[in-house]
Amino acid sequence: MVMQSAGTGIEAQVASIVDGMKGMEGPLLPILHEVQKEFGYVPQDALPVIASGLNLSRAEVYGVVSFYHDYRKEPAGRHVLKVCQAESCQSMGSDDVAARLRQALGIDFHQTTPDGRVTLEPVYCLGMCACSPAAMLDGEVIGRIDADKVDEIVAEVRA
Amino acid sequence: MTPVIYIPGDSGALALGADKVAAAIAAELKARGIEAGIVRNGSRGAYFLEPMVEVETQAGRVAYGPVRASQVRSLFDAGFLSGGAHELALGDPEEIPFIARQTRLTFARCGVTDPFSLEDYERHGGLAGLRRAASMAPAEIVAEVTESGLRGRGGAGFPTGIKWKTVLDTGDVQKYIVCNADEGDSGTFADRMIMEGDPFVLVEGMAIAGLATGATKGFLYTRSEYPHAIAAMRRAVEIARRAKILGPDVLGSGRAFDMEVREGAGAYVCGEETALLDSLEGKRGMVRAKPPLPAHKGLFGRPTVINNVISLASVPVIMDKGAAFYRDFGMGRSRGTIPIQIAGNIKYPGLFETAFGLTLGEIVDDIGGGTATGRPVKAVQVGGPLGAYFPRALFDTPFDYEAFAAKDGLIGHAGIVVFDDSADMLKQARFAFAFCAIESCGKCTPCRVGSTRGVEVLDRLAAGIAPDSQIELVSDLCNTMKFGSLCALGGFTPYPVMSALTHFPEDFKPAPMREAAE
Repeated sequence: MVMQSAGTGIEAQVASIVDGMKGMEGPLLPILHEVQKEFGYVPQDALPVIASGLNLSRAEVYGVVSFYHDYRKEPAGRHVLKVCQAESCQSMGSDDVAARLRQALGIDFHQTTPDGRVTLEPVYCLGMCACSPAAMLDGEVIGRIDADKVDEIVAEVRA
Repeated sequence: MTPVIYIPGDSGALALGADKVAAAIAAELKARGIEAGIVRNGSRGAYFLEPMVEVETQAGRVAYGPVRASQVRSLFDAGFLSGGAHELALGDPEEIPFIARQTRLTFARCGVTDPFSLEDYERHGGLAGLRRAASMAPAEIVAEVTESGLRGRGGAGFPTGIKWKTVLDTGDVQKYIVCNADEGDSGTFADRMIMEGDPFVLVEGMAIAGLATGATKGFLYTRSEYPHAIAAMRRAVEIARRAKILGPDVLGSGRAFDMEVREGAGAYVCGEETALLDSLEGKRGMVRAKPPLPAHKGLFGRPTVINNVISLASVPVIMDKGAAFYRDFGMGRSRGTIPIQIAGNIKYPGLFETAFGLTLGEIVDDIGGGTATGRPVKAVQVGGPLGAYFPRALFDTPFDYEAFAAKDGLIGHAGIVVFDDSADMLKQARFAFAFCAIESCGKCTPCRVGSTRGVEVLDRLAAGIAPDSQIELVSDLCNTMKFGSLCALGGFTPYPVMSALTHFPEDFKPAPMREAAE
């Protein structure tokens, strides 16, 4: 049964994503990625539509969404800044980079600035270990981050 | 001739400004009215020289690096398109000591060729392995891989040929090849480099695995943190499909193999092979109990070969040059070459492919040049977040699966992370537990609960609360996790913790005593 709640349009969009992808082998993760790409997060309203389309229970779908760090329950800021906190970056001062960014942006990890400009997240390895410390801003990688690059990043996300 | 300029599109080079350099070169070419071809190659792995720009001249390739966009004009002024002298000139890239000293088998083309040109790929030896495999019976291919001595490069070191034979011998109609490209270990980037720099070698390796075992479908599962690698692999798969390297009739062999690229969703534990299979099936990435082995009941319950990227990418050269050629490199039971990834606080970071057998000291001091900060090396973590911390006293350990195991360590995916003397090993041990707590799939108690208790015990130790009994507790906890966990996440977290505690006991003394000692 697909709930048709008026007004949101989310259900219809999600249903069309599910229809297009449910023939894949193991379609749930690709569908969730597509839903997140579409909306910027995985809306609660999407879960029953996906569950019904794939013949799963809502609990199963929720269990998958909540297991993976990538799937968001609410939209992120306009920019998403992921700062690597894994060992290689630790050895090159990633703690310090994170502290400077937290201070400059006035938020902690897993938070979004009140103006919605930027979400700050830790990440455990970007494969940039030969140019530590590293970060990823909106999908683009930045290596060998020093005080100047921190300033550049802050200026970019505030612009 | 029209000059050809190589500017790496590898994401490590991009992180250091390669796109800005490419834009500056394009602008300069236009302004000067010069015609030139631009190839976005992979990286040769000498990241201290990235972005490293190369030009094809009459006398061969000439490299310049590390290039900043602001230096591009002066490169043109110096006539770099014909190999002109410049302060950034490095000469023949193959003669750069960091590169010249390597034995490049798996990474032979990475950084050299255009990653998306099949002509370039074939000109440099590509597809010869698959062509040979296509003319052989499955059992012959499996025998060749077995004889090469290739062992799983993901870390476990299980013989690849034996895994393949198990799948070949099952009678199931549907079998799968799964490439584990979920390279989450800090200090490792070999999988990322090969996916971005020579994606066809992985397609070729997977196709050979398919022909060898009778599997007609492959999945490559990689990380969402690797957007460039995902895009590169998808593009390479498309090209390979059009060229009939993938599809119902692989290179006219009459046998079918096709593959898909799948993206993870930020769960480290999905690098564990059974969790990866669950994730591919669309479930939470929970570790499965073994047996049954994936070779018997893997993806969707079907016989499945699951191999690491580097294992599969090493197969084409083995099939091309023969098992004996590959087996002749290495030491003991570790045959062939291994791409060592030298990372962290190191002067010359990068990927160094070499035969097994170099000592840790040679890798860190000689090839890596010591720390980037110029301070003494304190500890080297080998094998990712689940690998042991080695002190200088163990620098004579040769890079070999068994030799590292004998020193209570592991080579894992061959990433090494160097720390200088400012590292606090109690903090590193605490991080190992904290990371395990964040990433635990939650299925088994030693990992799920033990990791959190470990953080608490080390916090009490740092606070100076009954230090002796905390050390006893943490040792006991590590023992429980090591022998009671379902997979390597909980089972190997004790390696970094116990090695830090064993080799750097001074860092585990309560704060007042540590201060007094300094």
